[in-house]
Amino acid sequence: MSTQFDIFRILSGIESDADYEKKPVIIQGITGSFGSTHTKLMRSYGTNIAAGVTPGKGGSKFEDVPVFNTMAEAVQASGSAISGIFVPAPFFYKAAKEALDNGIKLIVAIPEHVPIIDSIKVYEYAQKKGAKMIGPNTPGVIIPEIMKVGIMPAQPFTKGNTVVFSRSGTLMYEVSFHLSNSGFGQRLGLGIGGDPINGTNLIDSFELIRNREDVDSVVVVGEIGGDAEEQLADYIIKTNFSKPVVAYIAGRSAPKEKRMGHAGAIVYGNYGSADSKINNYAKASVPVAKSPREVPLLLRTRLRK
Amino acid sequence: MRLLEYQGKELFNQFGIKIPESILAENVEDARIGAQKLGFPFVLKSQLTVGGRGKAGAIQKCKDTSELETKFDELLKKEVKGELPRGILLEKMVDIVKEIYLSIFLNRSKRCFSIIASSEGGIDIEQTDNKIIQDISIDGISGELANAIASNLNIPDESKESFVNLLLNLFKVVVEKEAELAEINPLAIISDDSLLALDAKVIIDDNALFRHEDLQKYLYLSDLEKQAAKNGFSFVELEGDIAIIGNGAGLVMSTLDMVTDANGKAGAFLDFGGRATSETIYEALKVISRIPKIKAILVNLYGGIVRTDLVALGILEAYMNNVLTVPVYARISGAQSEKAKELLNGSNTRLFDTVEEAINAVVLKINTN
Repeated sequence: MSTQFDIFRILSGIESDADYEKKPVIIQGITGSFGSTHTKLMRSYGTNIAAGVTPGKGGSKFEDVPVFNTMAEAVQASGSAISGIFVPAPFFYKAAKEALDNGIKLIVAIPEHVPIIDSIKVYEYAQKKGAKMIGPNTPGVIIPEIMKVGIMPAQPFTKGNTVVFSRSGTLMYEVSFHLSNSGFGQRLGLGIGGDPINGTNLIDSFELIRNREDVDSVVVVGEIGGDAEEQLADYIIKTNFSKPVVAYIAGRSAPKEKRMGHAGAIVYGNYGSADSKINNYAKASVPVAKSPREVPLLLRTRLRK
Repeated sequence: MRLLEYQGKELFNQFGIKIPESILAENVEDARIGAQKLGFPFVLKSQLTVGGRGKAGAIQKCKDTSELETKFDELLKKEVKGELPRGILLEKMVDIVKEIYLSIFLNRSKRCFSIIASSEGGIDIEQTDNKIIQDISIDGISGELANAIASNLNIPDESKESFVNLLLNLFKVVVEKEAELAEINPLAIISDDSLLALDAKVIIDDNALFRHEDLQKYLYLSDLEKQAAKNGFSFVELEGDIAIIGNGAGLVMSTLDMVTDANGKAGAFLDFGGRATSETIYEALKVISRIPKIKAILVNLYGGIVRTDLVALGILEAYMNNVLTVPVYARISGAQSEKAKELLNGSNTRLFDTVEEAINAVVLKINTN
């Protein structure tokens, strides 16, 4: 299913669409402090926020965006297939399920601290519905200079032909900033999320851009914990992934069995260690940068080959 | 949150998983009373959240009163991987016929829970190939699957039903208490054919704690960790003398790596999350100021949304209120950074345009002192 899921088509559409690059987006939790701040920022970036949902505030407006009590009403009024969820973690499961029940095809799950079981249930439900979840605990997704659904700042991103997939928010900004400064604009920036469960994991992300001609390279910003990078290295080898890939891994010097800020950033034994990830990347011929600043240097070398 | 063995066993017991008779003792008086109730011999087990107890000698047999007096004290003072025990479990010995390994864990890349089982108990599961891994749906384990696993492990017929029930109950522990891991290693088949969990390693999903009031009593935080948690910060104390503060776990980890690469030694990791304001930086500095070994603070902030001048004001306020005495080396990218530099001019804080420059300056300062 993931091979058929065209995230670009969902986020920006195709040129013949009347709403090309202006696809309607719903924000769940639009009147909360987080949701409202970022609704303004997303709109000024160019995102068409067509409706918001806050139970109990239906009938009102935020700026000039209509607010509804339920997703059913918001979807009917806006025709959106995309929802950015900005509700607090304890309410995430209910909000996500409501979105999926009303035909949303892409959930961007911003909240941090979502219980693991809730994430698994939403992931399984989205699979069943042919929908996708980005996150939770993600900064969101951005098509630079066109639109964003998320909380990332605008400045680090410029349009271009590389893509950035990141398990960390601020590192996605930092690495994109260095890429942009070196002339490597991005076709897409996507936050995998810092949790143990990712609705769209690294392999799913690679599938999104695998066959795209407008993407010439991939930057993967990873961190300690789990085996996402190990699985990705295996995928790169087994599927002969042909675009140049450069990686970065945060947390090489972190102690074991300590959770380093992200729920997912924890090493048990060798499981999740930076060494394990770096070794597996080496097998897949993926160079690993020592610092965010080194990423564009490695990318330049890889693109010259 | 990793539970101590006795806490994990309390959960197992609630869910009908049998455990050996045992008593927790926090001091030698408790241990003497416990020994009387339990009767010699028994095993003394340090209650720790780190692995490798057995190899470190933190599990000891105890055959009589005189051994209890010496060994109990010795164990209570014995650090394993830098951690002192929170009590010693006195546990009755049992007649073991067969040992098994059994766990249910969060399989991150498969985005489900999986069972790992091995007919060799008491081993390091990472080190053996003799194991089965079975992915399971969040909706439950079928009796059929549990039976198949029992057969695969060569569980004797007399114990099969107990095993199937135990596996179903272990899954209940995972789902109802929201564990990332529930491991029994070893699980013993004893002489009356019943099964006993001889150890318990349970990790609870921290993000689910808000809906499990009964588990909150197991939360064990240092005063510093409490203060950090109250402010919504992620905080880890480390060995060195440079505190690293930033917004975002990845960025702070990355800074930690770069400091280490530059021969600096990080003494604290503090991620104050998405919102960088004068209050958050002030509170973060307050937490750090309570760690005497910290000689300098490195601040790395990134974000177009961050108002750099507000962050600078937070730092200045910390100096004015004498919260802060050590120097701060900061790289703050964001809006109003020129104004921030002006504000901090003449203070004990130095601002840098790149994190590399800030790191070089702080490491040079610390390592030449």
